[in-house]
Amino acid sequence: MAKLPPYTSTGEYIWHYVYRSICGLIFLFLIMPIIVVLPLSFNVEPYFSFTKGMLNFDPTAYSLRWYEDILRNGMKAPDAPFDWAWLADTWNNGQWIRAIRNSFFIGICATLLSTALGTLAAIGLSRSEMPYRRLVMSILISPMIVPLIITAAGMFYFYSQVHLSQTYLGVIMAHAVLGTPFVIITVTATLVGFDKSLVRASQSLGAGAVTTFRKVQMPLIIPGVISGGLFAFITSFDEVVAVLFLASPEQRTIPRQMWSGIREQISPTILAVATLLVILSIILLTVLELLRRRSERLRGITSS
Amino acid sequence: MADSQTASLEPITAADGTPLKKKLAQALFRSRVRAVSLVVPLFAFVMASFVIPILALMWQGVYNDRFSSHMPNLTEQLTVWDGLTEPNEKMYEALVADLETARADRTIGRAATRVNQEFPGTRSLFTSTARKAKKLKPPFKESVIKANKKWSNIEVWQAMKITSQDLTPGFYATALDGRYTVDQGFVRQDENRQIYVKLFWRTMLISATVMGLCLLLGYPVAYLLATLPLRASNLLMIMVLLPFWTSLLVRTTAWIAILQSQGVINDLMVFVGITADDARFSLIYNMTGTIIAMTHILLPFMILPLYSVMKTIPPSYMRAARSLGATPTMAFIKVYMPQTIPGIGAGGLLVFILAIGYYITPALVGGQDGQLISNMIAYHMQKSLNWSLAAALGGILLAGVLVLYWAYDKVIGIDNMKLG
Repeated sequence: MAKLPPYTSTGEYIWHYVYRSICGLIFLFLIMPIIVVLPLSFNVEPYFSFTKGMLNFDPTAYSLRWYEDILRNGMKAPDAPFDWAWLADTWNNGQWIRAIRNSFFIGICATLLSTALGTLAAIGLSRSEMPYRRLVMSILISPMIVPLIITAAGMFYFYSQVHLSQTYLGVIMAHAVLGTPFVIITVTATLVGFDKSLVRASQSLGAGAVTTFRKVQMPLIIPGVISGGLFAFITSFDEVVAVLFLASPEQRTIPRQMWSGIREQISPTILAVATLLVILSIILLTVLELLRRRSERLRGITSS
Repeated sequence: MADSQTASLEPITAADGTPLKKKLAQALFRSRVRAVSLVVPLFAFVMASFVIPILALMWQGVYNDRFSSHMPNLTEQLTVWDGLTEPNEKMYEALVADLETARADRTIGRAATRVNQEFPGTRSLFTSTARKAKKLKPPFKESVIKANKKWSNIEVWQAMKITSQDLTPGFYATALDGRYTVDQGFVRQDENRQIYVKLFWRTMLISATVMGLCLLLGYPVAYLLATLPLRASNLLMIMVLLPFWTSLLVRTTAWIAILQSQGVINDLMVFVGITADDARFSLIYNMTGTIIAMTHILLPFMILPLYSVMKTIPPSYMRAARSLGATPTMAFIKVYMPQTIPGIGAGGLLVFILAIGYYITPALVGGQDGQLISNMIAYHMQKSLNWSLAAALGGILLAGVLVLYWAYDKVIGIDNMKLG
């Protein structure tokens, strides 16, 4: 913490600490929901609130039953002995397991689609020769801006006419289109600082367009591509409105399952899933930060 | 002399003999084609899976052929009818014929629903008369009115005339709490049936409140992050980014756990003694819950643009102002704050745009009075199945958002948008 200069007056002194405490409270507001979820997911009671035992740190008030429930929920024989058959049962019939599988499958497919298309488009858009650059860019970014409910309703209406609703392909297309703006924004950001003379240097040394792209451009924009891909993945992973409109029960994703969990049968299993998702987002955040540092190092920008 | 003139007129050529101008144009054209061909795949994909579906839905907001496609004869008669005189025998005859075929095709429900949207309470009139249609004998006017005397009400016929027009402003009129009539054009809906305009205002009010709260909470935090040494601010930045990366539903669930009447906040208040156990605050399933949860969810969208603007303001400006005799407050208001206006604009617009179309959080924690216009659109898409009305409501919302988006592009530029 920076030391206050010696000429600080008493009023400023007080204000300094008042201001710091206000900021502390705002940070608490930001982080509190995430912190509250963690202990509650270990609640032995089927409630969303802290019990007396939990506050007294009574070990019997904590349990892993809601984590087990993630596996057991929807199984044909949840109480069977733990063996391969049990695992196969949960893999095939577990409601949450199915949702997790769907989320990853849809998320990965959508990410690949949007990253591939988005990266190409961002490279094209960053060229000054691109006609109607601004207009095209604003159309391609618009999926991020148009209210999700309108997007979802439009897709529901149109996709059901072309038999895409209630299919995996429909959901993947919807998620891919919602993820592309993030890819475009992040890749464009890495291309802004891109030195064009590098391409010319490589060409003058005899490299073809493909070699230049692979050996010179790609390594420099790859951090942007990966972080765009991560954004696209988390967008798909977190998306529920399009799934609500487009998916059949077969394509239920984690957020969709949580949605019906909150609306219909509120149980701490949701909190257990939420905890796992928080851990996932911590991992993603770490990866993103490492990428950012690598990108800065590659460009020679040292973080002071 | 003539020689040198022809030489200067002769175009400069490239190595292979073609004029340089042409060669340059070709090169430019080629690089243009290359740039365009990189963008085309995504553009086509976005068009096919996003723009066209939305346009198709928007078209539904002004075009609906439910009635005319199921009641063709009557539609023909209604087009020539002036809408004011007593319906004639020919119209009744067409009505009976159409009802009979519609009942045989089992499409009577669709046509009836369409008229019911325009004139509530007529659905059963159609279905019940359709059942008797086969037995009705000429003169049809008398026998139809005998079957159900509501047919003598000219308003039913006027409603049918309105619905028989495929291209109609009726849904937009409904979305703005009005009604489109044959004789008077647009009229306002009765006081107690006006819901949509109020809902639009409430959506704006909640969005503006959320934006204001985000600014109020985000500004000090962004300032702290921008002025602290990098090591400390990077650490604190995690507290902003972690909620940003955490699933929306996780955060909404967490707010339910915190705000509900047996939740953390209320327990704490009872424990401290601020409120009695039987007088717990209702913080959720109402507008308060919506505002709190939305503020939390959108706060990072305010902090990040503010931070990136504040980061570029040199601290020496403030010091200069102080050394020239300004008090800290004055230096802050007169020197620092004006420089952060781009950040305030970017963050505020982004938060407002995102808030105005919010659906999930209000649906889960909004209760009755915390619902936004999106929830009404979802209701008409999924429950009442009045897609045209949903499209009209969505069209108005979309127009508002696009205006804001345009403003955002003008003021900040979408290519300057930054994430994380």
